[in-house]
Amino acid sequence: MITAEWIYWLLGGFFFMVGVEIALDPAHRKRWTNAAFWCLLGASLCYGSFVPRLPAWLLGVAVIGMALIAGFGLTGSGDVRTTGEAQRAASAARTGNALFVPALTIPAVTVLVSLGAGRLVIGGRPLLAQQSQTLVGLGIATIVALGVAFALLRPKPATVALTEGRRLLESIGWAALLPQMLATLGLLFTKAGVGTQVGAIAQHLVPEHSRLFAVIVYALGMAGFTIVMGNAFAAFPIMTAAIGWPLLVEHMGAHPAPLFAIAMLSGFCGTLCTPMAANFNLVPPALLEMRDKYAQIKVQIPTAVVLLGVNIVFMLVFPFR
Amino acid sequence: MIVLLGVLVVVIGFALRFNPLLVVTVAGITSALLGGLSPLHVLEAFGTGFAASRSISIAFIVLPVIGLLERYGLQQRAKMLISRAAVLTAGRLLLLYLFIRQLAAALGLTSIGGTAQMVRPVIYPMAEGAAMRSYGQTSQLLTETIKAHAAAADTIGAFFGEDCFVAVGSVLLIVGYVNASYHLKLDPLQVAIWAVPTAIAAFVIHGFRLLRLDGRLAAIASAEAQTKPQ
Repeated sequence: MITAEWIYWLLGGFFFMVGVEIALDPAHRKRWTNAAFWCLLGASLCYGSFVPRLPAWLLGVAVIGMALIAGFGLTGSGDVRTTGEAQRAASAARTGNALFVPALTIPAVTVLVSLGAGRLVIGGRPLLAQQSQTLVGLGIATIVALGVAFALLRPKPATVALTEGRRLLESIGWAALLPQMLATLGLLFTKAGVGTQVGAIAQHLVPEHSRLFAVIVYALGMAGFTIVMGNAFAAFPIMTAAIGWPLLVEHMGAHPAPLFAIAMLSGFCGTLCTPMAANFNLVPPALLEMRDKYAQIKVQIPTAVVLLGVNIVFMLVFPFR
Repeated sequence: MIVLLGVLVVVIGFALRFNPLLVVTVAGITSALLGGLSPLHVLEAFGTGFAASRSISIAFIVLPVIGLLERYGLQQRAKMLISRAAVLTAGRLLLLYLFIRQLAAALGLTSIGGTAQMVRPVIYPMAEGAAMRSYGQTSQLLTETIKAHAAAADTIGAFFGEDCFVAVGSVLLIVGYVNASYHLKLDPLQVAIWAVPTAIAAFVIHGFRLLRLDGRLAAIASAEAQTKPQ
């Protein structure tokens, strides 16, 4: 059975090979620290499959090690040799719109695999693990797309795919580790009881009988707490336990379905505004090689603020029909 | 109250623009120690946190394919393609992308789109190509603005589309949490249907801003044309 772990090994292998290629590049400015960072990240992705059978603290040491390497500015991209603008334009004219085929293969195959996963049964067992079809689908789609690209372009030597992948990965740099670090931080916050404290503060803010205040604190609390944690999923149980359920549903008789749906979407407004949601707001600017790493957040804030206002109005109306 | 110091570390660290990885590491260690975890448990928490969150990093797996296609001129091809469609300005193109992204996500197809798969190789070059057709050369500021809006359209479309789909993480989390905690019998569909008004509002608000983007790009381009000596 193909599980998500296979895809993590594939990804870990890619990162590890990027590290090896950097180690073999004497011209790289920060050769050894960079090689160590990517090899360590690749190895950690694979090691993660065996936690908790293998000790988790060892992985913790590796993770903090990577954070220190990157945090003290010891990573940075080298000069990867690629094609120039003129060569690319000539190649684009020559190859034509067929260039889009491998790129579009990725979403097409991912969707096909994730929708059809349940029907693929070999020897009475499903071929793909349930719960992770999209993940596995993306992995399979990447391999298929790579095959299509090779058939179309016949790149020589074949390792240019790795080198080009390395070019993009190095342009993302340490930001590649940040989303997982933030997820870990959320976990630590929860373990340390940050959430219950925030919930207690929010509860103190609300006067007993004001529906308007309760709704505003619930929606703003979802957004604000999400800004701090970087994740609306972490905010939802806490704000709901503090305000949504006891005050709005039990005390004031709100319908739960619209109330909770709109609360979660208020949290999403917070996600749009925070660097803590790194995979949505910091990785894309890194991948697009933008100068201002906060430019995407700046674009999103006006939409988020207006939409949060709309959500508050919706929350005052729909759950109380 | 003292555990909130960890949050304070994050806020101050980001405000002073320290490296985010360092900020997060220090904040995590701080709040874990304040919350009473032993040093070994802190290390274990970092390890299990990393292992459990690996799915976030999976999008990077497409990079070799995208990089290879870029080597052979994918971005340039996207620009050529868009330069033939005169009605598609940068703003309208991104509006169209927002619509497709949101609709696909609402049908559960969140894997259509994404920065690595769609925005960098196809959508951003197309938007830049459309801007180049309108204003001649594009400057740094113009390019940065287009990039930021392309990334934002992708994120907003995904966020406010996916919640309308029943089998998505956030809907399942709501239903799972409240049904278990409060003995309700909510159905995912009941929750997902109430995401639709906000989804429409998000499209109207952000779509309006994208329609105004062309005006802003034109203002940037003309301001730069004036300051530049001929």
